[in-house]
Amino acid sequence: MTDLLKSMERVEPNPAIPPLRPGDTVRVHVRIIEGDRERVQPFQGTVMRIRGGGINTTFTVRRIASHGIGVERTFLLHSPRLEKIEVLRHAHARRAQLYYLRGRRGKAARLREKRVQSQE
Amino acid sequence: MKGILGKKVGMTQIFDERGDVIPVTVIEAGPCFVVQKRTKERDGYRGIQLGFEEVKPKRLNKGQLGHLRKNNMPPLRYLREIRISEKDEYEEGQKITVGIFTVGERVDVVGVSKGRGFAGTVKRHGFNRQPKTHGQSDRERAPGSIGSTTTPGRVYKGKRMAGHMGNARVTAQNLQVVMVDPERNLLAVKGAVPGARGGLVIIKEARKQG
Repeated sequence: MTDLLKSMERVEPNPAIPPLRPGDTVRVHVRIIEGDRERVQPFQGTVMRIRGGGINTTFTVRRIASHGIGVERTFLLHSPRLEKIEVLRHAHARRAQLYYLRGRRGKAARLREKRVQSQE
Repeated sequence: MKGILGKKVGMTQIFDERGDVIPVTVIEAGPCFVVQKRTKERDGYRGIQLGFEEVKPKRLNKGQLGHLRKNNMPPLRYLREIRISEKDEYEEGQKITVGIFTVGERVDVVGVSKGRGFAGTVKRHGFNRQPKTHGQSDRERAPGSIGSTTTPGRVYKGKRMAGHMGNARVTAQNLQVVMVDPERNLLAVKGAVPGARGGLVIIKEARKQG
Protein backbone atom coordinates (compact mmCIF):
# COMPACT_ATOMS: atom_id res chain seq x y z
CA MET A 1 0.00 0.00 0.00
CA THR A 2 2.56 2.50 1.17
CA ASP A 3 4.96 1.22 -1.46
CA LEU A 4 2.48 2.04 -4.16
CA LEU A 5 2.30 5.60 -2.90
CA LYS A 6 6.05 5.77 -2.68
CA SER A 7 6.34 4.70 -6.28
CA MET A 8 3.97 7.53 -7.22
CA GLU A 9 6.19 9.96 -5.41
CA ARG A 10 9.44 8.73 -6.83
CA VAL A 11 11.12 11.61 -8.57
CA GLU A 12 13.41 11.52 -11.53
CA PRO A 13 16.75 13.10 -10.67
CA ASN A 14 16.67 16.41 -12.49
CA PRO A 15 20.00 17.44 -14.04
CA ALA A 16 19.10 21.09 -13.48
CA ILE A 17 18.90 20.54 -9.72
CA PRO A 18 22.22 19.87 -7.99
CA PRO A 19 22.26 18.44 -4.46
CA LEU A 20 21.70 21.26 -1.98
CA ARG A 21 22.89 21.68 1.60
CA PRO A 22 21.89 24.23 4.19
CA GLY A 23 24.29 27.15 4.02
CA ASP A 24 24.90 26.94 0.29
CA THR A 25 24.73 30.17 -1.64
CA VAL A 26 22.55 29.53 -4.65
CA ARG A 27 21.02 31.30 -7.57
CA VAL A 28 17.57 29.90 -8.34
CA HIS A 29 16.18 30.57 -11.80
CA VAL A 30 12.39 30.62 -11.56
CA ARG A 31 10.05 30.56 -14.50
CA ILE A 32 7.41 33.23 -14.08
CA ILE A 33 4.22 33.08 -16.12
CA GLU A 34 2.61 36.45 -16.74
CA GLY A 35 -0.54 36.01 -18.77
CA ASP A 36 0.73 34.09 -21.75
CA ARG A 37 4.30 35.32 -21.55
CA GLU A 38 7.00 33.48 -19.71
CA ARG A 39 10.27 34.79 -18.30
CA VAL A 40 12.98 33.59 -15.98
CA GLN A 41 13.77 35.44 -12.79
CA PRO A 42 16.83 34.68 -10.69
CA PHE A 43 16.76 34.70 -6.91
CA GLN A 44 20.10 34.56 -5.12
CA GLY A 45 20.65 33.87 -1.45
CA THR A 46 21.55 31.35 1.23
CA VAL A 47 19.76 28.01 1.60
CA MET A 48 18.29 28.25 5.07
CA ARG A 49 16.55 24.91 5.28
CA ILE A 50 15.48 21.87 3.28
CA ARG A 51 12.40 20.06 4.44
CA GLY A 52 9.92 17.39 3.39
CA GLY A 53 10.65 14.34 1.32
CA GLY A 54 9.93 12.88 -2.06
CA ILE A 55 8.06 15.17 -4.40
CA ASN A 56 7.08 17.46 -1.53
CA THR A 57 10.64 18.57 -0.76
CA THR A 58 10.95 22.32 -0.33
CA PHE A 59 13.88 24.58 0.38
CA THR A 60 13.98 28.12 1.66
CA VAL A 61 16.40 30.71 0.35
CA ARG A 62 17.13 33.88 2.33
CA ARG A 63 18.61 37.01 0.86
CA ILE A 64 19.01 40.58 1.98
CA ALA A 65 17.19 42.81 -0.47
CA SER A 66 17.62 46.55 -0.81
CA HIS A 67 17.44 48.67 2.37
CA GLY A 68 18.53 45.66 4.40
CA ILE A 69 15.17 43.92 4.21
CA GLY A 70 15.44 40.17 4.60
CA VAL A 71 13.51 38.21 1.97
CA GLU A 72 12.86 34.49 2.27
CA ARG A 73 11.41 32.44 -0.54
CA THR A 74 10.42 28.82 -0.35
CA PHE A 75 10.57 26.70 -3.48
CA LEU A 76 9.40 23.21 -4.29
CA LEU A 77 12.58 21.37 -5.17
CA HIS A 78 10.99 19.32 -7.94
CA SER A 79 8.81 22.03 -9.39
CA PRO A 80 8.95 22.27 -13.18
CA ARG A 81 8.94 26.03 -12.68
CA LEU A 82 12.55 25.92 -11.55
CA GLU A 83 14.62 26.47 -14.68
CA LYS A 84 17.88 25.66 -12.90
CA ILE A 85 19.73 26.09 -9.64
CA GLU A 86 23.34 27.24 -9.53
CA VAL A 87 25.36 26.52 -6.42
CA LEU A 88 27.79 29.39 -6.09
CA ARG A 89 29.40 28.53 -2.77
CA HIS A 90 29.23 25.91 -0.03
CA ALA A 91 29.45 26.88 3.59
CA HIS A 92 30.21 25.20 6.85
CA ALA A 93 26.83 24.86 8.59
CA ARG A 94 26.50 23.04 11.90
CA ARG A 95 22.74 22.77 11.89
CA ALA A 96 20.06 21.74 9.43
CA GLN A 97 17.93 24.86 9.85
CA LEU A 98 19.82 28.13 9.84
CA TYR A 99 17.09 30.17 11.51
CA TYR A 100 19.71 32.05 13.50
CA LEU A 101 20.53 33.98 10.34
CA ARG A 102 17.28 35.88 10.79
CA GLY A 103 18.55 37.59 13.88
CA ARG A 104 21.81 38.61 12.28
CA ARG A 105 22.77 41.22 9.73
CA GLY A 106 25.86 42.27 7.87
CA LYS A 107 29.12 40.66 8.89
CA ALA A 108 27.51 38.56 11.63
CA ALA A 109 25.37 36.75 9.04
CA ARG A 110 28.38 35.35 7.20
CA LEU A 111 29.01 31.65 7.01
CA ARG A 112 32.42 30.00 6.86
CA GLU A 113 33.09 28.74 3.36
CA LYS A 114 33.64 25.08 2.76
CA ARG A 115 35.74 24.23 -0.26
CA VAL A 116 34.66 20.96 -1.84
CA GLN A 117 36.10 19.09 -4.73
CA SER A 118 33.65 19.06 -7.60
CA GLN A 119 32.01 15.66 -8.03
CA GLU A 120 33.32 15.05 -11.55
CA MET B 1 -23.24 4.60 -15.77
CA LYS B 2 -19.82 3.10 -15.32
CA GLY B 3 -18.11 2.26 -12.07
CA ILE B 4 -15.29 0.35 -10.49
CA LEU B 5 -14.23 -0.74 -7.01
CA GLY B 6 -10.91 0.26 -5.53
CA LYS B 7 -8.79 0.72 -2.50
CA LYS B 8 -7.63 4.08 -1.23
CA VAL B 9 -3.84 4.14 -1.31
CA GLY B 10 -3.23 7.60 0.10
CA MET B 11 -2.73 11.20 -0.79
CA THR B 12 0.17 12.91 -2.49
CA GLN B 13 0.67 15.76 -4.90
CA ILE B 14 1.56 16.09 -8.53
CA PHE B 15 2.52 18.95 -10.84
CA ASP B 16 0.26 19.85 -13.74
CA GLU B 17 1.54 21.15 -17.07
CA ARG B 18 1.54 24.75 -15.78
CA GLY B 19 3.71 23.73 -12.84
CA ASP B 20 0.90 24.14 -10.31
CA VAL B 21 0.72 21.57 -7.54
CA ILE B 22 -2.49 19.53 -7.36
CA PRO B 23 -3.38 17.52 -4.24
CA VAL B 24 -4.46 14.04 -5.32
CA THR B 25 -5.77 10.86 -3.80
CA VAL B 26 -4.34 7.72 -5.31
CA ILE B 27 -6.71 4.76 -5.63
CA GLU B 28 -5.79 1.23 -6.61
CA ALA B 29 -8.84 0.43 -8.69
CA GLY B 30 -9.76 -2.87 -10.27
CA PRO B 31 -9.49 -5.13 -11.99
CA CYS B 32 -13.15 -5.83 -11.19
CA PHE B 33 -15.50 -8.48 -12.51
CA VAL B 34 -19.16 -8.25 -13.33
CA VAL B 35 -20.33 -11.02 -11.01
CA GLN B 36 -24.04 -10.77 -11.62
CA LYS B 37 -26.54 -8.68 -13.53
CA ARG B 38 -29.69 -7.21 -12.07
CA THR B 39 -32.46 -6.96 -14.64
CA LYS B 40 -35.75 -5.09 -14.86
CA GLU B 41 -37.63 -8.36 -15.32
CA ARG B 42 -36.17 -10.28 -12.40
CA ASP B 43 -35.11 -7.61 -9.91
CA GLY B 44 -37.12 -4.54 -10.93
CA TYR B 45 -34.09 -2.43 -11.71
CA ARG B 46 -30.97 -2.54 -13.83
CA GLY B 47 -27.61 -2.93 -12.17
CA ILE B 48 -24.44 -4.95 -11.97
CA GLN B 49 -22.73 -6.61 -9.07
CA LEU B 50 -19.02 -5.90 -9.12
CA GLY B 51 -16.41 -8.05 -7.42
CA PHE B 52 -12.98 -6.84 -6.44
CA GLU B 53 -9.73 -8.12 -4.99
CA GLU B 54 -8.72 -11.70 -5.47
CA VAL B 55 -8.18 -13.68 -2.26
CA LYS B 56 -7.34 -17.23 -1.25
CA PRO B 57 -10.36 -19.53 -1.57
CA LYS B 58 -10.28 -20.30 2.16
CA ARG B 59 -11.11 -16.69 2.95
CA LEU B 60 -14.62 -17.17 1.61
CA ASN B 61 -17.39 -19.47 2.69
CA LYS B 62 -18.95 -22.06 0.43
CA GLY B 63 -21.93 -19.91 -0.44
CA GLN B 64 -19.73 -17.11 -1.62
CA LEU B 65 -17.52 -19.47 -3.59
CA GLY B 66 -20.50 -21.09 -5.23
CA HIS B 67 -21.90 -17.69 -6.21
CA LEU B 68 -18.58 -16.74 -7.85
CA ARG B 69 -18.03 -20.10 -9.47
CA LYS B 70 -21.15 -19.71 -11.59
CA ASN B 71 -19.25 -17.59 -14.09
CA ASN B 72 -15.83 -19.11 -13.38
CA MET B 73 -14.74 -16.13 -11.37
CA PRO B 74 -11.79 -16.13 -8.95
CA PRO B 75 -12.54 -15.80 -5.23
CA LEU B 76 -13.19 -12.10 -4.58
CA ARG B 77 -13.19 -10.24 -1.29
CA TYR B 78 -15.66 -7.49 -2.04
CA LEU B 79 -19.01 -7.54 -3.83
CA ARG B 80 -20.81 -4.25 -4.42
CA GLU B 81 -23.66 -3.23 -6.70
CA ILE B 82 -23.98 -0.24 -8.95
CA ARG B 83 -27.01 0.89 -10.91
CA ILE B 84 -26.76 1.09 -14.67
CA SER B 85 -28.93 2.91 -17.20
CA GLU B 86 -31.09 1.43 -19.95
CA LYS B 87 -28.49 1.66 -22.64
CA ASP B 88 -25.55 0.22 -20.69
CA GLU B 89 -24.66 -3.31 -21.66
CA TYR B 90 -22.54 -5.55 -19.46
CA GLU B 91 -21.85 -9.26 -19.64
CA GLU B 92 -21.56 -11.48 -16.61
CA GLY B 93 -17.90 -12.39 -16.17
CA GLN B 94 -16.73 -9.23 -17.91
CA LYS B 95 -13.53 -7.67 -16.59
CA ILE B 96 -13.48 -3.96 -15.77
CA THR B 97 -10.24 -2.02 -15.42
CA VAL B 98 -9.34 1.59 -14.69
CA GLY B 99 -9.12 2.10 -18.43
CA ILE B 100 -12.83 2.96 -18.43
CA PHE B 101 -11.94 6.37 -17.03
CA THR B 102 -10.06 9.10 -18.85
CA VAL B 103 -8.06 12.01 -17.49
CA GLY B 104 -10.19 15.12 -17.00
CA GLU B 105 -13.41 13.19 -16.43
CA ARG B 106 -15.57 13.85 -13.35
CA VAL B 107 -16.32 11.05 -10.90
CA ASP B 108 -18.10 10.48 -7.60
CA VAL B 109 -16.20 8.48 -5.01
CA VAL B 110 -18.08 6.58 -2.31
CA GLY B 111 -16.34 5.44 0.83
CA VAL B 112 -16.90 4.75 4.50
CA SER B 113 -15.68 7.69 6.57
CA LYS B 114 -13.29 7.22 9.46
CA GLY B 115 -15.15 6.45 12.69
CA ARG B 116 -14.83 9.11 15.38
CA GLY B 117 -16.83 7.31 18.03
CA PHE B 118 -19.09 9.31 20.36
CA ALA B 119 -18.14 12.87 19.49
CA GLY B 120 -19.15 16.13 21.13
CA THR B 121 -20.81 19.06 19.41
CA VAL B 122 -17.56 20.93 18.82
CA LYS B 123 -16.05 18.13 16.75
CA ARG B 124 -19.27 16.79 15.29
CA HIS B 125 -21.07 19.97 14.27
CA GLY B 126 -18.38 22.64 14.47
CA PHE B 127 -19.96 24.44 17.44
CA ASN B 128 -17.87 27.21 18.95
CA ARG B 129 -16.15 26.70 22.23
CA GLN B 130 -17.07 28.74 25.28
CA PRO B 131 -14.71 30.93 27.30
CA LYS B 132 -12.00 29.25 29.32
CA THR B 133 -11.92 32.14 31.80
CA HIS B 134 -14.20 34.88 33.21
CA GLY B 135 -15.52 32.66 35.96
CA GLN B 136 -16.45 29.76 33.69
CA SER B 137 -15.85 26.21 34.74
CA ASP B 138 -16.44 22.94 32.91
CA ARG B 139 -18.23 24.72 30.03
CA GLU B 140 -15.51 24.96 27.46
CA ARG B 141 -16.91 22.43 25.01
CA ALA B 142 -20.53 22.41 26.23
CA PRO B 143 -23.21 22.90 23.54
CA GLY B 144 -24.91 25.87 25.26
CA SER B 145 -28.67 26.24 25.30
CA ILE B 146 -30.60 23.55 23.47
CA GLY B 147 -33.95 25.36 23.35
CA SER B 148 -36.46 27.56 25.12
CA THR B 149 -38.41 26.95 28.35
CA THR B 150 -42.00 25.88 29.05
CA THR B 151 -43.01 26.79 25.51
CA PRO B 152 -42.52 24.37 23.77
CA GLY B 153 -41.32 22.39 26.81
CA ARG B 154 -39.31 19.96 24.76
CA VAL B 155 -36.23 19.85 22.59
CA TYR B 156 -36.90 20.12 18.87
CA LYS B 157 -36.29 17.08 16.71
CA GLY B 158 -33.10 17.27 14.74
CA LYS B 159 -31.38 19.47 17.35
CA ARG B 160 -27.66 19.00 16.77
CA MET B 161 -26.14 17.27 19.76
CA ALA B 162 -23.28 14.97 20.67
CA GLY B 163 -23.40 11.44 19.30
CA HIS B 164 -21.82 8.93 17.01
CA MET B 165 -19.74 10.44 14.24
CA GLY B 166 -18.14 8.93 11.17
CA ASN B 167 -18.09 5.29 10.03
CA ALA B 168 -20.87 6.18 7.61
CA ARG B 169 -21.17 5.98 3.84
CA VAL B 170 -20.02 9.28 2.33
CA THR B 171 -19.89 10.34 -1.31
CA ALA B 172 -17.38 12.88 -2.56
CA GLN B 173 -19.00 14.31 -5.67
CA ASN B 174 -17.56 15.63 -8.90
CA LEU B 175 -13.89 14.90 -8.37
CA GLN B 176 -11.64 15.36 -11.35
CA VAL B 177 -9.64 12.39 -12.62
CA VAL B 178 -6.03 13.53 -12.80
CA MET B 179 -4.20 10.36 -13.69
CA VAL B 180 -5.03 6.89 -15.02
CA ASP B 181 -2.44 4.14 -15.09
CA PRO B 182 -3.98 0.92 -16.50
CA GLU B 183 -0.67 -0.94 -16.13
CA ARG B 184 -0.57 -0.59 -12.36
CA ASN B 185 -4.35 -0.27 -11.95
CA LEU B 186 -3.94 3.17 -10.42
CA LEU B 187 -6.22 6.15 -10.54
CA ALA B 188 -5.67 9.60 -9.07
CA VAL B 189 -8.44 12.08 -8.36
CA LYS B 190 -8.10 15.68 -7.32
CA GLY B 191 -8.81 16.28 -3.66
CA ALA B 192 -9.68 14.07 -0.74
CA VAL B 193 -11.73 10.88 -0.69
CA PRO B 194 -13.72 9.54 2.29
CA GLY B 195 -12.26 6.77 4.41
CA ALA B 196 -8.98 5.50 5.74
CA ARG B 197 -6.06 4.30 3.66
CA GLY B 198 -6.73 0.79 2.48
CA GLY B 199 -10.49 1.35 2.68
CA LEU B 200 -12.85 0.18 -0.04
CA VAL B 201 -14.10 2.90 -2.36
CA ILE B 202 -16.56 2.85 -5.25
CA ILE B 203 -15.71 5.14 -8.14
CA LYS B 204 -18.63 6.08 -10.36
CA GLU B 205 -19.32 8.47 -13.18
CA ALA B 206 -20.35 11.80 -11.62
CA ARG B 207 -24.12 12.25 -11.28
CA LYS B 208 -23.99 16.02 -11.37
CA GLN B 209 -21.64 16.85 -14.20
CA GLY B 210 -20.20 20.36 -14.58
